[in-house]
Amino acid sequence: MFFRMLIRAAMLRKRTAISALLAIVVASAAATAMLNIFIDVQSKLRKEFRGFGANIIVEAKSGASFAPADLDRINSVVGTRGLVVPFAYAVARTSGGQPVVVAGTNFDLVRKLNPWWSVSAWPNHRLQALVGVRAAQVIIPDGKSFALDYLGRTLQLSPAGTVRTGAGEDSRVYLSLADFETWTGLQPSVVEIAAYGSATEVSSLLSTLQKNIPSADVHPVRQVTEGEANILGKTRSTLLWSAVFIIITAALCVLATLTGWLFDRRRDFAIMKAIGASDRLIALFISGEAVILALIGALVGFAAGIGIAAWIGRVNFHAPVTPRFDVLPPVLIGCLLVTLLATLLPLRLLRQIQPAMILRGE
Amino acid sequence: MFARLVYESFRRQTRRKLLVAAAITLGAAVSTAMIAIATDIGDKISRELRTYGANIIVTPQDSTLDVQIGSVNLKPAGGAYLNETDLPKIKGIFWRNNIAAFTPELPVNVKLGSTETTLLGTYFAKSLKFGDDHFTEGARSTFPWWKVEGSWPAGDSGDVLIGEKLARVQDISAGQQIQVNGKPYRVAGILSTGGIEDSQIIAPLAVAQAIAQQPGAVSKIFVSAVTKPEDAFARRNPDTLSPADRDRWYCSPYPQSIAYQLEEAIPHSHAEQIRQVEQNEGKVLSRIEGLMLLITLAALFTSGLAVSAAMATAMFERREEIGLMKALGAGHFMLSAIFITESVLLACAGGLVGFAGGALLAHKLGYAIFGSGIAVEPVLLPLVLGIAVVVTFMGSAAAIRRAVKYDPVLALRGEA
Repeated sequence: MFFRMLIRAAMLRKRTAISALLAIVVASAAATAMLNIFIDVQSKLRKEFRGFGANIIVEAKSGASFAPADLDRINSVVGTRGLVVPFAYAVARTSGGQPVVVAGTNFDLVRKLNPWWSVSAWPNHRLQALVGVRAAQVIIPDGKSFALDYLGRTLQLSPAGTVRTGAGEDSRVYLSLADFETWTGLQPSVVEIAAYGSATEVSSLLSTLQKNIPSADVHPVRQVTEGEANILGKTRSTLLWSAVFIIITAALCVLATLTGWLFDRRRDFAIMKAIGASDRLIALFISGEAVILALIGALVGFAAGIGIAAWIGRVNFHAPVTPRFDVLPPVLIGCLLVTLLATLLPLRLLRQIQPAMILRGE
Repeated sequence: MFARLVYESFRRQTRRKLLVAAAITLGAAVSTAMIAIATDIGDKISRELRTYGANIIVTPQDSTLDVQIGSVNLKPAGGAYLNETDLPKIKGIFWRNNIAAFTPELPVNVKLGSTETTLLGTYFAKSLKFGDDHFTEGARSTFPWWKVEGSWPAGDSGDVLIGEKLARVQDISAGQQIQVNGKPYRVAGILSTGGIEDSQIIAPLAVAQAIAQQPGAVSKIFVSAVTKPEDAFARRNPDTLSPADRDRWYCSPYPQSIAYQLEEAIPHSHAEQIRQVEQNEGKVLSRIEGLMLLITLAALFTSGLAVSAAMATAMFERREEIGLMKALGAGHFMLSAIFITESVLLACAGGLVGFAGGALLAHKLGYAIFGSGIAVEPVLLPLVLGIAVVVTFMGSAAAIRRAVKYDPVLALRGEA
């Protein structure tokens, strides 16, 4: 009987029931989408921030270079938690006798570490060099092969392309680490690490590195870490406040819709009262209705919200926002609370009404 | 009569009207605040991105190659320099208001006691003047991540900072005297930057110039500018553009056009973007802007739907009233006119209050998060009002259409 009444009530007033449901669906979708984005934006933006390059630098103590065992240890400590790129440096002389800094590194890794390098063509053969734009003007004005001299050992190189960064790299010549090591006999002295993850994850990696490689100087690139923390924090608070506003608006609209709906049906309740329904039964009936509406609305809205969040992620970050099901309980509870509140407020007024007055239209 | 009907409807159904008006007001407030935030967020984040420091570097045109590994500068003395007296001209370029900070540098190789090291001459916070403008420039504002233990050297005291690594190796603490090239200097503080400066001595520019015996010389200027992310148009060569396009290029705050203007202002200079900072800033900025834009759209859509739903229920409630009016002879036109007027009045009132509330909200939020207010353009008012009217109307349209079709007998008997 109780359920039949619930269902019939919804069927008879289809349009108003639908518009009440719509309000709940919209509120729940908005809440779900905003919460999902709020939780996910940090990891999405962090990926963008890794474009700034290394956030941890490991340097061999002055003048020395790393033993191969040290490099292996750094690699095994970092593992998949970051990108490890070794650099070796030496000062060579051009055929004209000018000093120039030559760096040996792994081109594949550098390309991933420093996506801002504007490179005309990456070297892909042995004895090919990547020449900084300013160095290129001095060393290879004609763009042909050139010779470099390090402590009497001459190396003939052909330029693969030029690199432009607007910083120190512009005056350097980059070689592959293998070429560099056979030519100079020097090992890498600096390891740049782009550590992934949150500030605490990065600092825990930093202290593990400090503990494991005592012979090196491990320090964070404060320019990168502090900038990232600042921007992320501000973006998150902007998002949080936006989410709060949107959710409050949606919740208020649910309140307005539901109270309107209940007042609209005061004649039904008056009839129920007149034929002997107790106040408790009516309250139970209305709350039951509210709970069913809230549950359906919250679930449909949750699905829609996940969809919206995924769409925003795809459009803006070119990667979908992963659906978070831990958002569901708070959304469900929020919807239930708002709908119950919306029904209980007018309920007190409804109880005081005399059936006869309402039925007479007063 | 018409006016009285509308007036009485507002007077007698205050509760219903207030709820709907509250929904419209809140919707309009949120829309106003979100649009204001979305339009202003780019500017705000770009200013915040200045924590990454300089994004443009100015060097002498014919400078020789840098020979520098880590903190060790192996460059032989000599080469071309910029002139210190040209520095204030940076504040005279077209985009001067977008220059957040700048600082000059002059490195010299010195002996600290018996160790070779580099002394970097720079401004800490120096008062400069261009025309009638006074401003303070230097490393403190250009490199906000520099931290000093002790104190920053005051004005023209000639005191120096010493990098923390160098200080540790040499066992120097703040307040001590050090011998640089045989001359005594007081160490005001220990500097920590996480960069190569940690192994250097940082001194006022005049000190470095005196040691290098190059009065007025500057070898690099780091400029921190608020820029617009570069696009294909920004990468064009201004000399090949048509005059109209060239003006557009010149008057957009692209890193390229600011660099171009810096080259114009400082004789014999070459200005270039520091790609690590500039390119990534552009990416981060466009992501955040895009995100806020999409969220604003979602917010507009949400509040629109929610307000529509609230409006629709408010309309359905009034079947009996409509039945009565019809029974008394009101035509379809008259009925629609009454309800449309009511919705428009509600929308305008709600929209106006909401706009004011939203503007206040955006302003407060701007202060709370970014430390500077978010201004709401007055142009936004007609837009928000328009949206409010359309949304309210859409909410009530279905209800009004049904209302005019009601059979008055059924409506009055409560069976519609």
